[in-house]
Amino acid sequence: MARMDFEVVVLAGGTSRKLNPLVSQEVPKALLPVANRPVLSYVLELLEASNLKDLIVVVEGEDAALRIGGWISGAYVDRLHVEVAAVPEGVGTAGALRAVASYLTANDVLIVSGDLVTDVPPGAVAATHRRHSAVVTALLCPAPVSGPSDTGTSGGKEKAKKPVRCNIVGLDPTRQYLLHMATGAEVEKDIRVQKSILRAVGQIEIRVDLMDAHMYAFKSVLQDILDQKDKFHSIRQDILPYLIRTQLNSEVSDNGVIKSESGMDNISSQNDLRWLSQHREIAPSAFQEPHAFGLKSLPDARRTHKCCVYIANESKYCARLNSIQAYSDINRDVVGEASHLSGYSFSAQNNIIHPSAELGSKTTVGPQCMLAEGSKLGDKCSVKRSVIGRHCRIGSNVKIVNSIVMNHVTIEDGCSIQGSVVCSNVQLQERVVLKDCQVGAGYVVTTGSEHKSESLARK
Amino acid sequence: MDMRRPPRTVSDPKVRQVGFVTPSAAPPTRSLSDAPTTVAAASASSPPSGEISLLGSSLSPVMIPPPRHASSDGRPSAPVAVPNPASSLRRDSLRIRVGSYNASEVVLGTPPSASPSSRTDNAASEFSEETMSPWHGRSGTAKVASSFPGSSSEMIVMKTGVGGGGGAGSTPKSPLTTASVVKTLPGISEKEREVLMGTQNDGAGASKTLKEKTTKAERRALQEAQRAAKAAAKEAGAGVKPSTASGSAVVANTKQGKVVKPPPQKKDGPQIAPPSGSSEKKVVDRPPEKDRKKDVPAPRMQFDDKHRVEKAKRRAVVNQFEAKNRVELFRHLPQYIHGTQLPDLEGKFFQLDPMHPSVYKVGLQYLSGQISGSNARCIAMLLAFREAIRDYSTPPEKALVRDLTAKISSYVSFLIECRPLSISMGNTIKFLKNRIAKLPDTMSESEAKSSLQSDIDRFINEKIVIADKVIIRHAVTKIRDGDVLLTYGLSSVVEMILVYAHEVGKQFRVVIVDSRPKLEGQVLLHRLVAKGLNCTYTHINAISYIMHEVTRVFLGAASVLSNGTVYSRVGTACVAMVANAFRVPVLICCEAYKFHERVQLDSICSNELGDPDVISRVSGRQDLNHLDNWADNENLQLLNLSYDATPSDYVSMIITDYGMVCFY
Repeated sequence: MARMDFEVVVLAGGTSRKLNPLVSQEVPKALLPVANRPVLSYVLELLEASNLKDLIVVVEGEDAALRIGGWISGAYVDRLHVEVAAVPEGVGTAGALRAVASYLTANDVLIVSGDLVTDVPPGAVAATHRRHSAVVTALLCPAPVSGPSDTGTSGGKEKAKKPVRCNIVGLDPTRQYLLHMATGAEVEKDIRVQKSILRAVGQIEIRVDLMDAHMYAFKSVLQDILDQKDKFHSIRQDILPYLIRTQLNSEVSDNGVIKSESGMDNISSQNDLRWLSQHREIAPSAFQEPHAFGLKSLPDARRTHKCCVYIANESKYCARLNSIQAYSDINRDVVGEASHLSGYSFSAQNNIIHPSAELGSKTTVGPQCMLAEGSKLGDKCSVKRSVIGRHCRIGSNVKIVNSIVMNHVTIEDGCSIQGSVVCSNVQLQERVVLKDCQVGAGYVVTTGSEHKSESLARK
Repeated sequence: MDMRRPPRTVSDPKVRQVGFVTPSAAPPTRSLSDAPTTVAAASASSPPSGEISLLGSSLSPVMIPPPRHASSDGRPSAPVAVPNPASSLRRDSLRIRVGSYNASEVVLGTPPSASPSSRTDNAASEFSEETMSPWHGRSGTAKVASSFPGSSSEMIVMKTGVGGGGGAGSTPKSPLTTASVVKTLPGISEKEREVLMGTQNDGAGASKTLKEKTTKAERRALQEAQRAAKAAAKEAGAGVKPSTASGSAVVANTKQGKVVKPPPQKKDGPQIAPPSGSSEKKVVDRPPEKDRKKDVPAPRMQFDDKHRVEKAKRRAVVNQFEAKNRVELFRHLPQYIHGTQLPDLEGKFFQLDPMHPSVYKVGLQYLSGQISGSNARCIAMLLAFREAIRDYSTPPEKALVRDLTAKISSYVSFLIECRPLSISMGNTIKFLKNRIAKLPDTMSESEAKSSLQSDIDRFINEKIVIADKVIIRHAVTKIRDGDVLLTYGLSSVVEMILVYAHEVGKQFRVVIVDSRPKLEGQVLLHRLVAKGLNCTYTHINAISYIMHEVTRVFLGAASVLSNGTVYSRVGTACVAMVANAFRVPVLICCEAYKFHERVQLDSICSNELGDPDVISRVSGRQDLNHLDNWADNENLQLLNLSYDATPSDYVSMIITDYGMVCFY
């Protein structure tokens, strides 16, 4: 039996086009290093901390699945019981779920996106889900402020000013029920709110400062939906809106919810059952419970289901690695303000320097930096708010600010890197200047070249 | 105006005096100084007088004199506050039949009219056979936790073929690849056990520090002040022995402690009913020290007792936080700390090992207030237990009867941490434990489980569902055409009565009286109006204006106590008193399973505190925020009581599933 009757599916995705050139065949998105740890490890460790040790990880693409499976078996042997499922690329999140649906036997399933970096306890989402007997409960977080937080470069500031791609979320006055959800991309000039829902609730609160963290708790009806609606492609774009739309006129409750309810309270007659359910539903009237009002307006009270939200506390860290900007933000935060997530212990200078790393004379490594094992820095280097991976060889007079340098990178003398991401096995020859660039794996930047806001990758 | 009831003279020699010995004729000007003594006498079942004074001197907040309900009524004499336990006995001599209320109707209406009160007594005693106390659970948590430390690792299915996360194609049958496996880790369970042992040792450590304290406190001046604390420490079974090094002062101290020891235990005695009585008896013969510590659970936590509270905290699953600005008079009650509890508990969702998911869910729903009302809570709890029993399997080398009882106890203690039990739930738990204890040994596990499940079903059906139907039948006979019925708050059974009376075609009007902060009446109003009833809605501060037009008052109850006191949603007493003043009959509708043999004279010694924040807010008025951050002001305390006690004098009739009991 699954713990607390919950099963956990981690959607680790495959190679993401948005993250080009950072991801490649060799490095699927889930293995992208965040503070020199694959991003997937943050989710897995979060789940492990919550005592959830039986997981299903769904990966797009056979190769990626192999790599991720290999990494997991190496890193989590004896700690987690993980099963990796490979699905063909492009099936979407719903397709991924369909592939593993037959393995889900528990009453509820917790679906976590593999690119989530957070410290919100998944138990909180699950408990809220249980408490409300909801069909779906989504985790919403305060939308992160994008861009370098302070003293960033001018380019960073411009990015910060850009409107963040936001979700438009409609909540009831008590902020417990999800009444509307649209992503920024889908929103045109106006949003449409269903009249029936609005009428039932009386008041709807539209928020744009919340982000869907892609951690959902679903009831077992999810499987029925997946079976019935075979066109559904994505959880966020199809299933969730569908459930929200139909919450007052539920089609899933006909078979799904009622089945489970009557299975639970198998008590004498249907009449008593209704009586009981009425009793169990006596809601505190301090707030207007939408469904208490839904009860009245609809002929069959049972044709409703609940879509709930768990809104994470402001103090919790929550971010998704879904863009290059987010990638550098998360890296910066994990060694910076959300340092408890990284799992490393920081030195007195508020940075992490592996004992095997070698620093030349007059080289300074500022706070909120990370230097992994085996890396060598030459003389008179300066590293600020950056993450440097394993076994990098960095020459003298190199400046690295606000950047991420992955493993086995060679940086020759006199380079200056600002706000950039340098992937593994890259070679930067002498006096290269990079600003807000992304350098794909294995790329060689020739001597003296200057790049600004470019994406460099091997063709 | 003729007095409807003759003013009572309590000096009736036949009256059985339960617990509360009133000074003859109860002087109306009771001085504050002697009040503690009386209260102590009331709560302690006649201890020797010397000890009373001792108690009185170590004045704990409980000892503050209770508010006298009578004074609000304007009657000069105190006896109103005095319960009249034998009211049904004296009915013959004192009852006066008044026009608006036809007592003979009662006799016709109920077949077992000869002695309705004795019938209910039977009903109540049916639940009191049980010897296990529901509060046993507090100690149960740790035990259960230690007995199933490895439950998580047991569930794990071993899978083969780990090596390097072999390709997806290697297992043709499924696309799933087992990437990593957890071996059953004995280490974890060991560790957990150690942690548990650690907590137990902590308890021992605390007692040790206590011991040190006593040796330090050799100065006699301090003795007086420390006496109360020591008595508590003693009672908690700290087992302070006069250590050899200690001086004579300490010995004297401990002697005193021994003298003090009995009263606090007895003091709690009357509050808990038979369970503790029997468990106390059991313990008498046993060796003291640790056994006693385990076997005598505090019958009711006195939350102003610091040592106990700390102990309970260590055991607690739910983190208990210090409530701010506690009202002095109510310090002994569990303080309301919901705001911090819920997120904490939710965060721990997957970490609580022995908890069954459905029990956990119900606990969360109690905590968040989604389920309220004693019937609803009781049903929810029973259904959760039913599921837990269904999924239960006896661990090897354990007996189902004992293990399941312990398990239920741990569930109950978890539910108590979420919200204090209602009396109805206490009775129900007693019933369930009784059924478990009485399972024959020969019964197989599956049989036992199904029999328990059907017991639970039967309980819900008979004691709640059908009981309500019977109550409705009875109550409808009291509704006549043209009546104006007043109800307060949201009582499920009253709602059903009103709906049923409407369905059978009675012509009547309903006045719904409501009060902040819960405004439960709005829900009732909503439902009744939807059903086509003619309703008036008002708040309790208008009760005296609206009472003129009312002909009957129907009220629900959380419990009816053995002295006839009705324990119900706060405000009920007020409604009943106003109705009484206006000569309107007050009918209490209460299922017999909610009856309790406790005697309670006021609503102070036992009550439940609600969220103080909700009374500082006004619903629908976000702009009224004068009381925001009230907790920062030390001089301000908010009190949100959940229940109050209505003396039987204000109740005309109690309608139960066994018939109608008329009170005078």
